[in-house]
Amino acid sequence: MAEVIMPKMGDAMTEGKVLRWLKQPGDPVRKGEPIAEIETDKVNVELEAEWDGVLSRVLVAPGSAVPVGAPIAILTRPGEAAPAAEAPPSRAPETPAGTGAPAAAATAQAAAPPPASAPPAAPPAGAVRASPLARRLAAEHGIPLETIRGSGPEGRITKEDVEAAIAARAARPAPTPAPAMPPAAAGREVPLSRMRATIARRMTESKQQVPHFYVTMAIAMDAALDLRRQLNDRLPEAAKVTVNDLVVRAAALALRRYPNLNASFAGDVIRHPAAVNISIAVPVAEGLVSPVLHDVDRKPLWVIAHESKALIERARAGHLRPDDLVGGTFTVSNLGPYGVEAFAAIVNPPQAAILAVGAATPTPVVRDGTVQVATVMHATLSADHRVTDGAEAAQFLGEIRRLLEAPVWLVTEIPEGERTG
Amino acid sequence: MPELTYRDAIRAALIDAMERDPTVLLLGEDIGLYQGTFRVTADLLARFGPRRVIDTPISEEGFVGAAIGMALLGLRPVVEVMTWNFSLLAFDQIVNNAAKVRYFSGGQVDVPLVIRGPNGAGVQLSAQHSQSVEVFYAHVPGLRVVAPATPADAWGLLRTALRGRDPVIFLENAALYGTKGPVPDGDGALPFGRAEVARPGRDVTIVAYSRMLLVALEAARQLADEGIDAEVINLRSLRPLDGETLVRSVAKTHRAVVVQEQWKPFGAAAEIAATIYEGAFDLLDAPVERVTGADVPMPYARELELLAIPHEADIVAAARRVLYREGR
Repeated sequence: MAEVIMPKMGDAMTEGKVLRWLKQPGDPVRKGEPIAEIETDKVNVELEAEWDGVLSRVLVAPGSAVPVGAPIAILTRPGEAAPAAEAPPSRAPETPAGTGAPAAAATAQAAAPPPASAPPAAPPAGAVRASPLARRLAAEHGIPLETIRGSGPEGRITKEDVEAAIAARAARPAPTPAPAMPPAAAGREVPLSRMRATIARRMTESKQQVPHFYVTMAIAMDAALDLRRQLNDRLPEAAKVTVNDLVVRAAALALRRYPNLNASFAGDVIRHPAAVNISIAVPVAEGLVSPVLHDVDRKPLWVIAHESKALIERARAGHLRPDDLVGGTFTVSNLGPYGVEAFAAIVNPPQAAILAVGAATPTPVVRDGTVQVATVMHATLSADHRVTDGAEAAQFLGEIRRLLEAPVWLVTEIPEGERTG
Repeated sequence: MPELTYRDAIRAALIDAMERDPTVLLLGEDIGLYQGTFRVTADLLARFGPRRVIDTPISEEGFVGAAIGMALLGLRPVVEVMTWNFSLLAFDQIVNNAAKVRYFSGGQVDVPLVIRGPNGAGVQLSAQHSQSVEVFYAHVPGLRVVAPATPADAWGLLRTALRGRDPVIFLENAALYGTKGPVPDGDGALPFGRAEVARPGRDVTIVAYSRMLLVALEAARQLADEGIDAEVINLRSLRPLDGETLVRSVAKTHRAVVVQEQWKPFGAAAEIAATIYEGAFDLLDAPVERVTGADVPMPYARELELLAIPHEADIVAAARRVLYREGR
């Protein structure tokens, strides 16, 4: 018997809502079968069973939000006795370290029946680090810890950091009430969806806290498009390669050579993840999600194409899985299909960089003193200046250009270190 | 207010008690004819005679056991152990008898016994003579464990020990005997379980006891040069431990460094840090740092011994870490 807990889907997630149960108590479930639909700040996902068994108890009513890590159901393994209907009273779900939101926990406790047993004691990975004093101060002043940048070891938020945030808030002029619009001009107001609110908050944080700089390069895509045609002639539908897949693959190989772009700023250290996991920005009905392709630098192009297609489909259908949303180390955002030629994106923290690519369009270029037509794509890297600098960003972008202009490297597996240039 | 050495403050407290109370008597190796290995009992044999200043053979379990018997029968013995290391030979008497007789007897009898002698390192006496035994005893219910840092502490804590009804582990420090300081003219008795704020400050709390207090105070002076205002707590007593003063100090500074001369694992600093966590968790801005002796038997060689015990620089560095000022 074990608890099914509210999963953490994304670094900023502190609580999730059980939208509905897809299984009823007593229903047998198979590993991988969806048992509940969960709403997070970003997206609705289906929570899957981790093993075969029976969903013996449901601890959270549909529509209730609970903190990450809180138990939401009991799953009994085959052959195990189901727990008594009346579970013994026990601890309320702990507010996971990092949420810093006792109010959220309190709401959740009020909304959810008590869990059957103690939740895991360890804070979820990726929790916000903050000293106990900083937590208390932040809670007293109603400042979410996620909005404060920690200056202590490994980004730990200290008293000073919270005090600075309090001072910054106090220094801001009180918002002057907007002049009342005449009813005729007022139009309508749409309350922010959770996803919209999350995007608003995170992008504001990023623009305010991450010192961005931008580097743009024009890339001749003729060879890459030619390669793509050749590949797609032979590949099955499910693995057909898109321009975006070529860019993602090129970015992954370049990230392996320029690890500072595959990093994150964390107070007094720069974190270098062990893997190259690329988030791809996918527009969905409610806004934007960034599901993650894992270990992209170690996968052949057609595998990337296959996985990317499935990911985008799941994103559009609102069926992303928890794993789909965590662990991204770099983002590729492609507005090419919309006819955009070039744009600059906002870094998606804690990542250090994001690549914005436009459409590949026939463009006059000067080669060997003559004007020729080439298919040019503009790629703009937005990067966190605390982690990397212009020259490195330019070299990284140059590597992507080299790979896309000589795309044989995108389909040739040559161990790192063997390659030169 | 007279200035006395730590040694003379202890001696003065013994003389005062022996003059007032005929049941007070001293036992130990070489405390009479030889005048005490560290001269704490100089001239006392001549002054009080062999019935009250008793030279014992090398037989710790025997003379500590005898002292427990004397205490049960109404006397007030003070045992000198030549160093606290040798008390381990009498560990069973202390832990299983002295500490528990009141409990076993349902409160009918108690053991007003003081065991005193030098503890700790720093005077090149090597591994079997230089260890710090405080946690061995501070672990045991029924014992009182005190560790004076100054002559005034030694005077005041010994006076309290000589009036109480509990067995007291009175931990002197061999390297402190020659240190001088003011001792109050009046009674000057210091209650157990009450720590002293030896130096008020607001940026970081440094907790120390026995000789480490002097090291901590010097570290605080150095920190002041960097603009760090350290508060130094002199614990005086490990059992009972004054959690209230610790929490009050940390509530002000939000940071703590605990200093002990002994080995780190399961040491006094761990207990002190846990007490701070329990009482002041929400008030801490950094993990409590421990500055401790090296986790090795104490070396004899001067240079190695110095490497094995904490110094001012260690405390300064720890204070910088809890203030997140390392490397700044």
